Amino acid sequence: MSWLEKILPSITSVVKKNIPEGLWRKCPKCATTVYAEELKQQNYVCPSCDHHMRLAARARLESFLDADTQVEIAPDLVTTDPLKFKDQKKYKERYSQAQKNTGEKDALVVKAGTLNKMPVIVAAFEFRFMGGSMGCVVGEKFVCAVQESIRTNAPLICFSASGGARMQEGLFSLMQMSKTALALKLLDEKKIPFISILTDPTMGGVSASFAMLGDIHIAEPNALIGFAGPRVVEQTVRETLPKGFQRSEFLLKKGLIDMICHRHQLRPKVHKLLLALHG
Amino acid sequence: MNLDYLDFEQPIADLESKIQALYNVKDKAGIVNELEALKTKSDALTKKIFSSLNDWQISQLARHPQRLYTLDYIDIFDDFIELHGDRTYADDCAIIGGIAKLDGQALIFIGQQKGRSTKEKLKYNFGMPRPEGYRKALRLMKMAEKFSLPIITFIDTPGAYPGIGAEERGQSEAIAKNLFEMCVLATPIISVVIGEGGSGGALAIGVADVMMMFEYGIYSVISPEGCASILYKDATKASAAAESLKLTSTHLKKAGLIDEIISEPLGGIHRDPNAAKQLLKNALKQQLQAIKKPTIEQLLRARQEKLLNFGKFNE
Repeated sequence: MSWLEKILPSITSVVKKNIPEGLWRKCPKCATTVYAEELKQQNYVCPSCDHHMRLAARARLESFLDADTQVEIAPDLVTTDPLKFKDQKKYKERYSQAQKNTGEKDALVVKAGTLNKMPVIVAAFEFRFMGGSMGCVVGEKFVCAVQESIRTNAPLICFSASGGARMQEGLFSLMQMSKTALALKLLDEKKIPFISILTDPTMGGVSASFAMLGDIHIAEPNALIGFAGPRVVEQTVRETLPKGFQRSEFLLKKGLIDMICHRHQLRPKVHKLLLALHG
Repeated sequence: MNLDYLDFEQPIADLESKIQALYNVKDKAGIVNELEALKTKSDALTKKIFSSLNDWQISQLARHPQRLYTLDYIDIFDDFIELHGDRTYADDCAIIGGIAKLDGQALIFIGQQKGRSTKEKLKYNFGMPRPEGYRKALRLMKMAEKFSLPIITFIDTPGAYPGIGAEERGQSEAIAKNLFEMCVLATPIISVVIGEGGSGGALAIGVADVMMMFEYGIYSVISPEGCASILYKDATKASAAAESLKLTSTHLKKAGLIDEIISEPLGGIHRDPNAAKQLLKNALKQQLQAIKKPTIEQLLRARQEKLLNFGKFNE
């Protein structure tokens, strides 16, 4: 269990990797038992209650982009552990463990590919990798995504799922916020669209930088999106939080996002938007 | 026990109270030597204690109850005129903004303000800005750009306010937008961490051409207490977390994340506020002079290069 899952206990658990054939999975929301293969076909949306389960970065990219056009960008970046950080465990150990558990090098995967034949650059967070936290590698990969977007004049799409900046890289992590914001400013100047897709959860330094700098903000249903975690807010204000606080539907009502889109509708919706903005 | 002193300052506090007692003696003729000896002793003790501060002690100094806050420094500027409000929702007192002059140069000043008394703390919301504070800051920064005025910002915040209204009004968006605009704002930006640089809430007025820090300031992605409660599952492990986070000016200078350290008077800013003000004023004057030399194009190119180079990774 990552630290983020512990502080956000209300959030349902992550989709496990390598589900053996024939296994049944329980929906964390409605507790309906679903055949794993069917769940995969449904892109991890519960066929019974429509709950959008968390999606691994690679599964997200594979299902969003057209098949067989996908090329990964900057796949080999890894941390230098700039602070030689240690709490009860060494950062290096947590890092290797996360790599082992997820099969990813860090918490962001970027691919160039096509969406209904339209060239796009897509980044997706791997939440199981240390809570999808943003350190130097995530920041740099995001910048690489933007640069590739500019180089090829292809729109940029990012699926966020992150607890925020990565504590273990200290102020270096914080600086990724301004670094990624600058990259998006350069994209903005080229008038290339950036669509930010907010998935469960998008918090802290990721939400307070590139995730909230989209030309269009799309959220998946019932995703937790905000700056401070709900527990921190609750402890600060010492009152019960409003119903649905920091959920997609709440943000839509408050005017912070353009729309909520069902996972199954994302491909056609984003394609239509991009045709209009960049056709 | 003097509550205006931190625990590691207590030996100094004891000596200082003795010195104070002697000062109050009417006939000083007989005690001049004793007074001098005590002062020398107090200075030596302060030097000794302050030469081996650990990162947790520095974190405490950065948030010392007697440390100067933004408005305490306002008289290093001439003709400060405060400007209020984000023109949309409210005036957030946690961020002070206005027009001022330094060395004859008109500029836009923005700073985060904590409070000392309970009443003040509530007024300034403990230095924790809401979205409207960041939006006020951005409005003033845009005005600086329009009228070619340099910007000076003072950072001193535990972080952006984690409140219900703040979330409803888009705390994340407000911070993100400031970063987005400050990256390319066509006017010089000088930032100083005068006390506590708390994460995104600090960075939102801290994307700068020149980033300075007072010697015993801290600047961190998360507070030592927050880090301890998450990673150590124990908020009392804040001192260990402070060591791990490398949040002091010395660490950050070495890592290339800040440009200049402003020394503090012996024993910290609170021991000699006037000297601290002078040190800050001199540092700002110098940077303000230097930053006028490059053209705006050169300045922006250097700022972008600096921002894009933040971060270490292996390929």
